[in-house]
Amino acid sequence: MSALSTLTDAELVQRCRAGDPEAWNELVERFSRYVYAVCTRGFRLSESDADDVFQEVFARAYTHLGTLRDDSALRPWIAQLTRRLCIDAVSKSKREHPAAEPISDDLTHDLDEIEEAFAVREALATLPDACQDILDRFFAQDQSYRTISAELDLPSGTIASRIARCLGRLRSELEGNSSLDGRSRPAAESGE
Amino acid sequence: MRRVRDEERLGELMRLLRPAPEAWVKAAQELPSARETIDEIVSRAEADLEFRAALVSDLETALGQAGYEPGERLLEALRQRLTQD
Repeated sequence: MSALSTLTDAELVQRCRAGDPEAWNELVERFSRYVYAVCTRGFRLSESDADDVFQEVFARAYTHLGTLRDDSALRPWIAQLTRRLCIDAVSKSKREHPAAEPISDDLTHDLDEIEEAFAVREALATLPDACQDILDRFFAQDQSYRTISAELDLPSGTIASRIARCLGRLRSELEGNSSLDGRSRPAAESGE
Repeated sequence: MRRVRDEERLGELMRLLRPAPEAWVKAAQELPSARETIDEIVSRAEADLEFRAALVSDLETALGQAGYEPGERLLEALRQRLTQD
């Protein structure tokens, strides 16, 4: 996990504006999965269109970061930017390929789920690194118990219990945190 | 936001945010330095008409000869900038 991963969105924006390259790397890392999910799972863009939108979102964010009125509003700003660029990509695709599939009726539901997933990810970021790592490997990266065991050098018999324990911590974190509007709290202590 | 209590549901939500392709993330992270490189090349092209002519004639070769690594994204961005200017 990056040393900057505990910064709030507002702090991150300020450091990016000051020209800190590590802060920019963290900003991209923090929002890359979200932007990718909106492009591919929300709007179901082709790989090529999704790549174009992904790059354009961050290009515009970089160019216009100085115009953001409220630094803590980074997340809704990136969300709006991503959706607008996805809509443009879908419109362009329909002009070029009239038979292309229309935007799914489930779009609103899918985008709501992605927002919910992002809030879970923010809660995950407050857990100890070891918990973040094992949950991400198992759920987001589809790694098997065997792979996790080999890569983290843990006995395979302990993987399931660790995942269960970390899931419990994540659930507690979410239940104790009804407002997840932007990263605002420091990370929990390190270690499990 | 709906309250998340069910651990199975938490798993589903974590599965939704899979890592973006590494190359995409890297390209986005390199954006600031890529912009600097592009600005540098464009400035040089404005000051050196011979270099500009070489870029217009064969962008990839001219960049390689000038010591730049002509990646696909750099080429595309430069084509746009040189067309605009």
